[in-house]
Amino acid sequence: MPLFWLLVILLAMAAGGYVLGRARAIRSAGGDSRKLHSLPVYYGSNVALKVFVPAFLVILLWLLIQPVYVASVVSGMLPDGAIPDNSSRGLVMAEVRRAADGLDNAVAAGLMTENQARNARADFQDVTQRLRDAGQIVTSDVTQPVLRSAQRLRVMESTGSMIMAGVAILLALGGLAWGLRDSQLDFRARNVVERGVMVLLIAAASIAIFTTIGIVFSLVFNTYEFFTLYRWQDFFFGTNWAPSFSGRGGSSDLGVVPLLWGTFYISIVALSVAVPVGLFSAIYLSEYATSRLRSVAKPLLEILAGIPTIVYGLFALLTVGPLLMRVFGDEGLGWMQAGTAVMTAGLVMGIMLIPFVSSLSDDIINAVPQAMRDGSYGLGATKSETIRQVVLPAALPGIVGAILLAASRAIGETMIVVLGAGAAARLDLNPFEAMTTVTAKIVSQLTGDADFASPEALVAFALGMTLFVLTLGLNVFALYIVRKYREQYD
Amino acid sequence: MYDAPQTQREVDLTQTKIAARNVQVYYGDTHAIKDVDVNIEDKTVTAFIGPSGCGKSTFLRCLNRMNDTIDVCRVEGDILIDGEDIYDKRVDPVQLRAKVGMVFQKPNPFPKSIYDNVAYGPRIHGLAKNKADLDDIVERALRRGAIWDEVKDRLQSPGTGLSGGQQQRLCIARAVATEPEVLLMDEPWSALDPIATAQVEELIDELRQNYSVVIVTHSMQQAARVSQKTAFFHLGNLVEFGETGQIFTNPEDPRTESYITGRIG
Repeated sequence: MPLFWLLVILLAMAAGGYVLGRARAIRSAGGDSRKLHSLPVYYGSNVALKVFVPAFLVILLWLLIQPVYVASVVSGMLPDGAIPDNSSRGLVMAEVRRAADGLDNAVAAGLMTENQARNARADFQDVTQRLRDAGQIVTSDVTQPVLRSAQRLRVMESTGSMIMAGVAILLALGGLAWGLRDSQLDFRARNVVERGVMVLLIAAASIAIFTTIGIVFSLVFNTYEFFTLYRWQDFFFGTNWAPSFSGRGGSSDLGVVPLLWGTFYISIVALSVAVPVGLFSAIYLSEYATSRLRSVAKPLLEILAGIPTIVYGLFALLTVGPLLMRVFGDEGLGWMQAGTAVMTAGLVMGIMLIPFVSSLSDDIINAVPQAMRDGSYGLGATKSETIRQVVLPAALPGIVGAILLAASRAIGETMIVVLGAGAAARLDLNPFEAMTTVTAKIVSQLTGDADFASPEALVAFALGMTLFVLTLGLNVFALYIVRKYREQYD
Repeated sequence: MYDAPQTQREVDLTQTKIAARNVQVYYGDTHAIKDVDVNIEDKTVTAFIGPSGCGKSTFLRCLNRMNDTIDVCRVEGDILIDGEDIYDKRVDPVQLRAKVGMVFQKPNPFPKSIYDNVAYGPRIHGLAKNKADLDDIVERALRRGAIWDEVKDRLQSPGTGLSGGQQQRLCIARAVATEPEVLLMDEPWSALDPIATAQVEELIDELRQNYSVVIVTHSMQQAARVSQKTAFFHLGNLVEFGETGQIFTNPEDPRTESYITGRIG
């Protein structure tokens, strides 16, 4: 039974349970819902929860465990003789799975009957040819042990999902009976539903957390694999980045230093644009601007944050790059060879970061109590003296936090770099040279045909890990600063 | 109800420091202060009393143009300090506020060290010639604020780490450090416990020797204890102004009498 229909049936049962539970609870109170402990809705929801949740959890668990179990049984069925010398059990299992899928598709296309698919023998009928005729991709001849295993796999999977459906529906019926028995006058349905809501919220929160952990683990494992293929000293201290793809032969230099330097340099340029501009506009908006102007200007500034970064990339490539070329290029000062350079990407990234800095700083400056300003004005200080000596020092921890958050955005930025900074990884001090960053190189290492067993592809994970550690460190540091100095003023 | 001996207090100098004539204050459309005429004398403590929302704080804030920082606020009429109109276009409110210091309801030390808090005013006005001079000014101000002995060993620790009463005295020292001629205090006790309140009251009595002090308070006992002149505000009007003893023993206006005997307010 397809999963979709199973879920529809469960939901229908839950809906029915809701109506029944509600009606039964009202009946137990003799039609007067005021005598009930909870509102009738809660009795209905209680039954619906008891019908749906256990059955749904069993389905989830079943779907996780069944493939693993079936694979281990079928793989144990394969005789050692069926595995060629230059192959492994895992590769043969992949072949078994492909054959099973092929049989499924052939049946679905009407080229085989279910009976044929179950009992066909490779040595009597040419299954390989028939699968090819059915439009299936079969790499090598399907041998008898492989075919047997594939047939076994199909049978186990289909009976498995039948049993799963049965168990789920039985559980749902049990939940219905349990819930209906509870739907009595004195049952505290409201508290049960309340707990259900709490569990739902916890589940939502843990999905986010576990996904993060999962991402980190996949990074860690692939990074580990990379370091078994490539010396870590060469990765962290190598000053040359020259990957060669296995097709072209030769070994690659995968030193991260030029990429980190590019990341660092572009971020510095970006921050030296974003921090002064953002901070000054925040000060203007929060201290000098009238509230009418502020209500117009602040959203306008925040629109900058809503522009997709690829659009900024185009802006860098088509507008800022040529503009810089006219001034610093061959016709001007002669420092610049091409429109794509650290300066181009850095300037545009700085513009992108302005709203981050200004919006956060503006909120922080506004949070400084008016009493501080009054105190300063009362002593005869001017507006800018007050801002410089009282408001900014009080807001400083928050502003530093905002800047560090902007910095981690800058480090993680990709599209602007890909389009604006060129692709050459080099160590150079000239900001008008093309350079590249960690993120841009992750993209280029994984685009096209990537062989995930080669260091050239796996290096992307090591780069990702490096970046992750860097930005995580920066974020933790930002939070630490903000927390540590937050209680300075009250 | 109030301390009787204070009613006999002598007022030696009767030189007018601040003269307000026909002052009107509007917050947007609200007429907050109506036709206030008052003469505040030098080297005297003048108390503004009245129920909440009667305009006493608003009027106090007119005296150093702190209301300028509120957009919707509008002041009409003349306020003269030493015969000079402070709302004249040629007057720089920043200069004025250096001359008319202010202490606020809630202690508001800056998030800086105790030393820097007090040195703030002298620094921005360039009152000190060198570091030693500044040290002297800070010490003198802290002594006048009656807090020197408590903080002299930790001048570099943050001012926000002091207790509420100490913070308020620090704020008074901070205001005194710029050598103002008039000191405005907007209910400086409201956040303090009785002991700290007593300390601040004593301090105000000492400050009277050098400055003209104007305080705003809810508490009539306090006004009776520390002030020589009292002004009673009600619903934006200055109802009665005179010798403190006179106001509390023999008020002329029935509204004043109702307030001090606790019938309104």
